Amino acid sequence: MEETTLNNDIHVKLTEKFGEKVTAVSEPYGFLTIVTYKDVIINVLSYLKEELKFNFLTDITAVHYPGKDHGIAVVYHLNNMVERVRIRIKVFISEQNPTIPTATTVWKGANWMERETYDLFGVKFEGHPDLRRILNMDDLGVHPMLKQYPLEDPNRVDKKDEFFGR
Amino acid sequence: MNHNHPVYTDNDPQSELVTLNLGPTHPATHGVFQNVLQLDGERIVSGVSTIGYIHRAFEKIAEHRPFYQITPLTDRLNYCSSPINNMGWHMTVEKLLNIQMPKRIDYLRVIIMELSRIADHIICNTIIGQDTGATTTFLYLFQFREHIYEIFEEVCGARLTTNIGRIGGFERDFNEIAFAKINKFLKEFPVALKEFENLLTRNRIFIDRTAGVAEVTKETALEYSWTGPLLRATGVDYDVRVSDPYSSYQDFDFEVPVGTSGDIYDRYLVRNEEMWQSVRIIEQALVKLKTEPKGIFHADVPDFYLPPKQEVYNNMEALIYHFKIVMGEIDAPKAEVYHAVEGGNGELGFYLINDGGRTPYRLHFRRPSFVNYQMFAPMSEGMLLSDAIINMSSMNIIAGELDA
Repeated sequence: MEETTLNNDIHVKLTEKFGEKVTAVSEPYGFLTIVTYKDVIINVLSYLKEELKFNFLTDITAVHYPGKDHGIAVVYHLNNMVERVRIRIKVFISEQNPTIPTATTVWKGANWMERETYDLFGVKFEGHPDLRRILNMDDLGVHPMLKQYPLEDPNRVDKKDEFFGR
Repeated sequence: MNHNHPVYTDNDPQSELVTLNLGPTHPATHGVFQNVLQLDGERIVSGVSTIGYIHRAFEKIAEHRPFYQITPLTDRLNYCSSPINNMGWHMTVEKLLNIQMPKRIDYLRVIIMELSRIADHIICNTIIGQDTGATTTFLYLFQFREHIYEIFEEVCGARLTTNIGRIGGFERDFNEIAFAKINKFLKEFPVALKEFENLLTRNRIFIDRTAGVAEVTKETALEYSWTGPLLRATGVDYDVRVSDPYSSYQDFDFEVPVGTSGDIYDRYLVRNEEMWQSVRIIEQALVKLKTEPKGIFHADVPDFYLPPKQEVYNNMEALIYHFKIVMGEIDAPKAEVYHAVEGGNGELGFYLINDGGRTPYRLHFRRPSFVNYQMFAPMSEGMLLSDAIINMSSMNIIAGELDA
């Protein structure tokens, strides 16, 4: 109950500050989730960090929804350690041109998280100091977490998915 | 300093710097870590970390596996404390399904999780001792990790990659031997830990090697998203068990130890104190268990909890449930959920998006080792090579978790 009021406060403040740019507010399992746009994402993150005391960047990752206009969601998880609130921020970006400003200007720790997201999803973080692959080899050529890449070699005949209930 | 690319100076006869390829299979790095270091004498000028040597694409595999088949993947993240990962994953699914857990299971889980935390910290702290030249301490305390594994063996049958528990509880109740082993451990471990502390904590050589080495301020640690004992050693009292209690941790009375300077000595002290606190938590859990109804070891969720094997062979209903669960035919809410647990080396988070299919639409692991390790190369600059080695051991980076 208390958490819900807190989440409301944060939502009200964000709407005051960014108006239309903050949309689709929801609270799955009490976890405040907002959707915003890539032109204001750095402002939103800095505002949350400086004004609303979300001092801790928990995680950056991405999700791929193939076939949509904005098919890649970059997801940020922030944590306000003092008031013990978490917030999730999503930015949907185009699959053809997946660019978004880097969060390394706000948190240095974003560096490797963004490199991982780039490696797995091909999201290009503009202004990142060192945007290289981190887990996969440099000449892999694809960004393997995108849904069009199958888990195993599709030409194998001995491991058809339907035999394994997948 | 440019961190982007390793600089090899071996071909340059004029250079006074030496390039050292530390790793990927160096005996002093305790795992598959590669750092290309530029050395000026014994001092590190710059370093570049290369990771991914044991990348196994767990997040991709998880998108093709039903919930139960993901548990063995989590084993192989931080394999020094697999039960924490297993239970973190099970609790994530339980949160998604809104399952209310009976208290007794929470307490049993707390016992197992705290035992794994002790095992994890034993490894880290004794290795710091080992790397500073104190092999004795390593040999004294390390046998207790073996005793913890014997308890795991009694509970689930496995030792290292435990695959312990089920969605909704445990596969079977703890038997008498398991409780006897836990009690024996609680009696013997504090004595050994005290002895371990007597050997190291006020040891002049150990203090000289660790105190004031690799100091990190609170601000830097938060900036780099450090969690776990590393963050607490800098003086920030952030512990997921307290700030976001799961598995009934709010019922327990324990302290969150913090350091002041964030150096290696503080990290060692914080881990030691956490082991004492873990012992306290286990003792409390055993007392609390006495007041709980006996024999409950799983929640009443037949749709998600695998039925006992005997019934599967002899009972039609159980067979149907078994089939549906194993094939991922169960209906789970279409939702997204983030659940974090305090792992051995920091906040271990599971970000699960379920779209109603057999398998998760997306599962992301927030791995503390991965996030913590990115500071290793920048902070090694200006450090002696031998200090950088203990710094790495004290960060408790587990290669399986780093590379996922």
